[in-house]
Amino acid sequence: MITTQSFKKTKPLIFLSILLPSIFWSYQFINGSLGVNPIEKYMDNMGEMALRLIVLTLFISSLSEFKKFRFLIDVRRMIGLFAFFYVSCHFLTYIALDHFFDVTFIIKDILKRPFITFGFVSFICLIPLVITSPKKMLKKLGFKVWKKIHYLIYPAAILSSIHFYMLVRANKVEPAIYIFLILILLLYRLYFKIILPQLVR
Amino acid sequence: MKILPSEITPYKNYLNRRKFIKSSVATGLALGASTGLHANHSSDQSVYANQLDENDKLNSFEEITTYNNFYEFGMGKTDPSENSGDFKPKPWSISLEGLINNPQVLDLEKLLQQVTVEDRIYRLRCVEAWSMVIPWQGFPLSELIKIADPLSSAKFIQFVTVFRPEEMPGQKRQLLPWPYVEGLRMDEAMHSLTILSTGLYGHDLLNQSGAPLRLVVPWKYGFKSIKSISSIRFVDKQPDATWSMLAPSEYGFYSNVNNLVDHPRWSQNTERRIGEFKRRETLMYNGYEEEVSYLYEGMDLRKYY
Repeated sequence: MITTQSFKKTKPLIFLSILLPSIFWSYQFINGSLGVNPIEKYMDNMGEMALRLIVLTLFISSLSEFKKFRFLIDVRRMIGLFAFFYVSCHFLTYIALDHFFDVTFIIKDILKRPFITFGFVSFICLIPLVITSPKKMLKKLGFKVWKKIHYLIYPAAILSSIHFYMLVRANKVEPAIYIFLILILLLYRLYFKIILPQLVR
Repeated sequence: MKILPSEITPYKNYLNRRKFIKSSVATGLALGASTGLHANHSSDQSVYANQLDENDKLNSFEEITTYNNFYEFGMGKTDPSENSGDFKPKPWSISLEGLINNPQVLDLEKLLQQVTVEDRIYRLRCVEAWSMVIPWQGFPLSELIKIADPLSSAKFIQFVTVFRPEEMPGQKRQLLPWPYVEGLRMDEAMHSLTILSTGLYGHDLLNQSGAPLRLVVPWKYGFKSIKSISSIRFVDKQPDATWSMLAPSEYGFYSNVNNLVDHPRWSQNTERRIGEFKRRETLMYNGYEEEVSYLYEGMDLRKYY
């Protein structure tokens, strides 16, 4: 059985393997080997990676309820922070490379295009999670409040998967899988954390 | 002599021939070096210099042939260049059907002996807000229409992409309702800017670019320029067009490049020219306003987008 102690040793490895894609894509971007529309490709890669990491944190939350997978909880924060890192890269690419800091256009774009609105709100939802991620903050706020804040991961996950869904022009199977996974994980949590305890009482 | 309504070219059209005077010079060059399909300018940009607009620069052969939307070969931009190896564009025939005097199945090689293949440098503006400048070889669609000899009741033309799921892996999946179809109004189809392309940069079209025969309508969004055409139908009513059927609120039948009609997904005010860093302003009718705006005079472009 994997213990939290032995799992901790693999943490640097996990850190590197999640960081590596961003370095690789940045290298490709500078190197000119990211295809003929590198800005689009860079932005898409970053965004999809972020969505994958968000779903991964949800999986970890649910899996770590089981004793066997308890150790996973130890990397959840790191993966969550990485998700924010990739979302930030995605959003910064949109601002700096795609629209070259054309702030009035960007604000209009966010307000006008639902898929961008969803993506943006999802990004905003993640900010409190990042701010309250240090252990100190957990102590300061108390577990109950902290936990409530961190339920924001669910709207963030749903909005970002819808953001992806709306972006795809045809055959929306891939984004639909993300939405499906997120909803299953959300329902699972709802049942075991909220509905079941009330039934037992 | 019988004159078809579709053959009458408005006088105004004759006044706006700036680009055609230029292109007819290039036609001579293309003919000199070509036997129809086998022109070879490789990537020699000087051949095309006289046709290029001031602010444009040709995209490279590599850019044009590795960044494609051709869902028959997959949805990714590089899928068409990676997955189209099994497609066989030769031999090829086109079926002419519907309201015409000469319905027939035409062998492409024979058709090419009857038409004039010319150089045409056009901007291509995708609805996804990217664009390219492409040196096509092709012939005016109007020449094929004359061969078909439409009845006066033919008001629209529908184009159909070949359906070969064994050679086009995307067609094995329900990415779009197959086969892909597109349409033009007869006067749009007869317009001298509208061509059927057989090549680019002096090469035969590669499979990912719609070999062996594709439509090019430079003032409309790229998806109107249907690829690998197997049949052409002359009809009396506005025909179905794939994207317009799929999402009528997003893609209209006309789909003229128009920065005034917004798209829920992409701003149509600007575009990224492939190979450039900063976005460009999108031009009305993709910069062909002078040549084509008369086609839509009196039409509410917000309604007929």
